[in-house]
Amino acid sequence: MELLANNVWMMICTALVFFMHTGFAFLEIGLTRKKNAINILFKNIFIITSGLLLYGIVGFNLMYPGFAEGALGVFGFAGFGLEAPLVNGALDLAYNEGYTYWTDFLFQGMFAATAATIVSGAVAERMKIGPFMIFTVLYVGFVYPILGSWKWGGGFLQQLETPFYDFAGSTLVHSVGGWAALVAVILLGARIGKIKDGKVQAIPGHNIPLATAGVLILWLGWFGFNGGSVLSADPELTSLTLVTTCIAAAAGGVFAAIASTIVFKNLDLTMFLNGILGGLVGITAGADQMSPADAVWIGAIAGLLIVTAVSFIDRLRLDDPVGAIAVHLVCGIWGTLAVGLFGALASTEQFVSQLIGVGAYAGACIVASFLIICGLKKITGIRVSEKEEIQGLDTYEHGMSAYSE
Amino acid sequence: MKKVEAIIRKSKFSEVKKALHEVGVNFFSYWDVTGLGNEKEGHVYRGVAYSTSDIQRRYLSIVVNDNFLDVTIKAILEAGATGEVGDGKIFVSDINEAYRIRTGEKGGETLN
Repeated sequence: MELLANNVWMMICTALVFFMHTGFAFLEIGLTRKKNAINILFKNIFIITSGLLLYGIVGFNLMYPGFAEGALGVFGFAGFGLEAPLVNGALDLAYNEGYTYWTDFLFQGMFAATAATIVSGAVAERMKIGPFMIFTVLYVGFVYPILGSWKWGGGFLQQLETPFYDFAGSTLVHSVGGWAALVAVILLGARIGKIKDGKVQAIPGHNIPLATAGVLILWLGWFGFNGGSVLSADPELTSLTLVTTCIAAAAGGVFAAIASTIVFKNLDLTMFLNGILGGLVGITAGADQMSPADAVWIGAIAGLLIVTAVSFIDRLRLDDPVGAIAVHLVCGIWGTLAVGLFGALASTEQFVSQLIGVGAYAGACIVASFLIICGLKKITGIRVSEKEEIQGLDTYEHGMSAYSE
Repeated sequence: MKKVEAIIRKSKFSEVKKALHEVGVNFFSYWDVTGLGNEKEGHVYRGVAYSTSDIQRRYLSIVVNDNFLDVTIKAILEAGATGEVGDGKIFVSDINEAYRIRTGEKGGETLN
């Protein structure tokens, strides 16, 4: 009965995390221009489809290689493809107490694709689709799972004296995507028209209702993202996790809205939306360890960080159309460090472990994404031509329009 | 026969339409345009302030017989004005011929 309840809950969560891809697509479309809508949808659809296939072929077994006792815990590979554990010819249901092998694969597979979606938003409206797809295959297919094995796969970060803690992926998913987004944005350059005479210009999104729907869908998906990371249907843990998740989202939104209204002097809905996401990313590292009060702090600080980060990134002349770097990288790091500052695990040792983890992932992600993207830049180029960018990627990369008569 | 082209505020359209019907002008074409002029709207997007004088307007194209010209213009001027910068413009030009497509008739009978 225990397995049945756990497995059903995990499958529901799998579906919720899957649904987040709708949220990403809507948010990205809403905050960019009409003429690039097909391109953005294509990227998002490519990510979830290729991501799942890659996870089945190599990703799952790179992420959970089953490190041997005393191994370095940096790289392991359990073989190509999926192989269900069998006992007497039937699926071994004692695989773990929580759920079946298949559920494990699919749930984790849904997370994998998220890392590339983060980059998709940051490079929107100017990156060539071919190189983006190659980047996705390499980053989601190989970099994400190898880095994930360091913690969730039982690798060296899990082996630390005070293990590095990342409940649902503030670091493993969000900052992994965030670092790559930062590197890509630097190497790609700003959109044409974004910087004029050294001053940042506004390029408003074309469908704010869709962006709003996207954020609410992402929030809904987070019920599965965090709720499922409990890895069981334990009533106490799952219900607490959902509460901390929602409270952090709410606090993130409200504080980002207050801060942005004071700083920018208008009630900007997109900052409110980014704040909600920042709160969600921030709580993701420790949602099961925090009290509701802790969640308010974590969400509120995330909201303030969002406003600071968005203007700071603008001031650096880096063009991030959807605020992906602020939401996923900055708040991902914050959420990770917060585990050492708030909640049941708060301690100096934990904080140090969190720092080690943040540093390890920073180094690895920067190097990996730099190699991939710089390599692509040299070999094929990563940016569309000026003419294509001005007319819109839909016409040139896809030969179709998102909003035909 | 004269063509009256009026660029008016979108918000004033239903009033102008009603005023035109009241003087017997019952058909015309209209479409949405973006106007560039003296009125400016202040916008802020994600912390970047920009003022735009590109504002959505509505463009009416009305072809009338000469005896309807004055009432048409008067109706638009009264219904379309707010007194603020950005109320719009009216242009009057000559029309050489007019036809009704359904019957093939031509001339002033086919118009308002």
